[in-house]
Amino acid sequence: MKLSDKAEEILEALWIAVEEEGGAFLDPETVGIPMEDPAYAELTGRALVELRQGMVYFRPEGRDEGRMTIRRHRLAERLMMDVLNIRGEAGDYKACQFEHLLNEGVDAKVCTMLNHPTTCPHGKPIPSGECCAEARAQGDLGVVPLTEFKSGQEGEIAYIQTEDSKKMQKLMAMGVLPGNRIVLVQSFPSHIFRVGFSEFAIDTNLAREIFVRK
Amino acid sequence: MATCCAKPEAPTHNGSVKRVALVGNPNVGKSVLFNALTGAYVTVSNYPGTSVEVSRGTADISGQPWQVIDTPGMYSIHTITEEERVAREILLHETPDVVLHVLDARNLERMLAMTVQLIEAELPVVLVVNIMDEAERIGLKIDLELLRERLGIPVIGAATARKRGLEQIRGAIAQYRCDTGNPRRFAYSRLLERDINEVAGLMEGEYILSRRALALLLLQQDGEIGSLVEQREGERYGRIAEKVREIAFERRESFHLELSLERKEIVRRLLKDVFCAPEKRVVTWAERLSRMSVQPLTGIPLLLIVLYFGLYKFVGDFGAGTMVDFLEKQLFVEMFNPWITHVVQALIPWPVIQELFVGEYGIITLGIRYAVGIILPIVATFFIFFSFLEDTGYFPRLALLVDRIFKRFGLTGRAVIPMVLGFGCDTMATMVTRTLETTRERVIATILLSLTIPCSAQLGVILALLSKFPGALVVWGGCLLLLFVVVGFLAARILPGEAPMFYMELPPMRLPQFSNVLTKTYTRMQWYFLEILPLFILASVLLWLGKITGFFEKLVDAMTPVMASIGLPRETAIAFIFGFFRRDYGAAGLYELQTKGLMDARQLTVAAVTLTLFIPCVAQFLIMKKERGWRVAGAIGVFVSVLAFGSGYVLNKVLLMSGLLA
Repeated sequence: MKLSDKAEEILEALWIAVEEEGGAFLDPETVGIPMEDPAYAELTGRALVELRQGMVYFRPEGRDEGRMTIRRHRLAERLMMDVLNIRGEAGDYKACQFEHLLNEGVDAKVCTMLNHPTTCPHGKPIPSGECCAEARAQGDLGVVPLTEFKSGQEGEIAYIQTEDSKKMQKLMAMGVLPGNRIVLVQSFPSHIFRVGFSEFAIDTNLAREIFVRK
Repeated sequence: MATCCAKPEAPTHNGSVKRVALVGNPNVGKSVLFNALTGAYVTVSNYPGTSVEVSRGTADISGQPWQVIDTPGMYSIHTITEEERVAREILLHETPDVVLHVLDARNLERMLAMTVQLIEAELPVVLVVNIMDEAERIGLKIDLELLRERLGIPVIGAATARKRGLEQIRGAIAQYRCDTGNPRRFAYSRLLERDINEVAGLMEGEYILSRRALALLLLQQDGEIGSLVEQREGERYGRIAEKVREIAFERRESFHLELSLERKEIVRRLLKDVFCAPEKRVVTWAERLSRMSVQPLTGIPLLLIVLYFGLYKFVGDFGAGTMVDFLEKQLFVEMFNPWITHVVQALIPWPVIQELFVGEYGIITLGIRYAVGIILPIVATFFIFFSFLEDTGYFPRLALLVDRIFKRFGLTGRAVIPMVLGFGCDTMATMVTRTLETTRERVIATILLSLTIPCSAQLGVILALLSKFPGALVVWGGCLLLLFVVVGFLAARILPGEAPMFYMELPPMRLPQFSNVLTKTYTRMQWYFLEILPLFILASVLLWLGKITGFFEKLVDAMTPVMASIGLPRETAIAFIFGFFRRDYGAAGLYELQTKGLMDARQLTVAAVTLTLFIPCVAQFLIMKKERGWRVAGAIGVFVSVLAFGSGYVLNKVLLMSGLLA
């Protein structure tokens, strides 16, 4: 059974308070969810947390669950910023809504797509998941910037990440569109890639903005 | 629905001459087709972005006169660069009776997106699938019949450089009827269609492009289209702009991307079973050569080989050596000049007028001799070399090789073309700086061109001048290189603006067609000569006037202290006065002084460096003014002159103190 959104938020806050700020418990008042809220009952009912003197404490099972919840939240933030290019408060807000969808394997897929990021946009660590460990073991980088490719390596364009819409259009005009096959022909002194039957040369700054899937 | 024909409200064109416009991606052979249709010649090469201006010509097609319009390459109807904008102007403001969309068969998949846009704009499109020969060579199979059926417009396979398909193209132009074609409507997703309809529905004015296409362009935040629509719609524009803003805001994250993906999907469906690529990539010799030219390990030696044989051996030894010797020494000095002097003296009794034609600075004995005897062979050999290289497709590869270094000067690899062309003619090169993306790049390139890049004529003369003193040649080269680096480096830091980005399509390497190289050299020579000959004659006349009035002597006297301060004999003032007209003219003047044995190695070196750096010739200055405006051109002129004499001064002192070249 999936936890309610509110319960997940409590878990996150508790995880931050305990794991990152070194506290022993969470004061419900700091989350803004009053003690009467059924979310607390939901959490205690699943033996994830316990309540003592009005404060929230982790149970061992809850610690893992909290870790995964925070992971989903921060992955969602990365997703908003890196891929969807939604930043600032809008990004945080969207991330809060989005994170609740990232379970049952979706988080692993997003994590892989983002190339197993280790920090969130605010600079806080993203707890690693199984997919990260697996990728590390296989040396699989998932989606990487074109600059990470070796000469001769072929892949599929995943997305373009750029602030400048002119640049984006220029790249798209050159056939750099998600889903197209791309071969990196050479990487020094400039990056040369082939899409279809055309070859293009671009500088490193531009190559860094093309993300490819192996 | 609007028809694909010129709308009655659209401005009707002069007389009954019909018009056909050539459009398409860069480097797909539009200009070759233009030349084939009109019999005229515009420069074509294996280099994306060769045409920066619109060319017009006339052609007789099936007994009817047509105006043919060649446009610079554009990647999409939604334009980004200046050249693309120029090309779109034709579609926006003129009403071509036929629009020939030329594309490269190998890249049908990528380029067909623009055909879709043109059809969507309800333009009278004929599709020319060009470069079929190379596509066949790599094993591509294209079902043009099926494509024609799916697009609902005439589709022609061609290889215009091989004269293939020209008849069919002419036929298609002549027979084009707006009702024969039945262009398909390409449907986007429901969401996008809704957005388009909402915007298009608010438009009531008459346009050359369809409202559907305009709506899409508005949604892509196209400023130019915005003002066009504003002009036509008047007060209605407020609501349209509001709607566009609303949709653009809703879809702000990814409108461009989504639109491109939808178009890609449309193209994919169009090309299903039409385009068949071979399983295995065919690797041609051209591709292997291409690989070699772009890898630093093999590319740099290859560059040196190209420079050694092309520039040093062919232009230097053959052009500036053998040919100049023959033309200038044997033909002019020994045969033509004595004869013409004799003839003129017999025809014209007044010595003063004789002087004008055959005197020391005579129009014929000096002006024509310099132009034909010294400059012509050097420039001709250089242009042959340049045109050949250009047609092989080598320049884009050179561009990517030097991009990293050029970035330090605030330029991108793209600037390599004007820089190399500058070694031929700085004036022409200054015009070509237009192909650079930002104004900042253009200004930096213009400065470097006017300061440190000697043009071929000057280069040839200076090489000949200094060849007897290898040390002098090294010092001269070193000075120019040093200034190039220092000025470039400083310009990149001082001039405001962002660092440019580099991207460039690499056309396949090809063996140049000999006839095209020659034609191109010929047209460039023609341009060059029309540009310089009047100046040479003018210079001769002014010098003659100066001499007979005594003004010239005074000017030389006035410049003597300046010359003396950089350690040069007063006679060099003459060369510098020549230099005001053309740098090569000045260099040729130095050449004469050297033959008379008036200068030693140090003086020659100082003079050569100062003159090379010195203000560009009148023609280049005029082009600078035209391209960059008075203020920038004037500032560059002053800066260059001061730096030239300053460097001459410093160099003279350094050489004197160090005893080098003594």
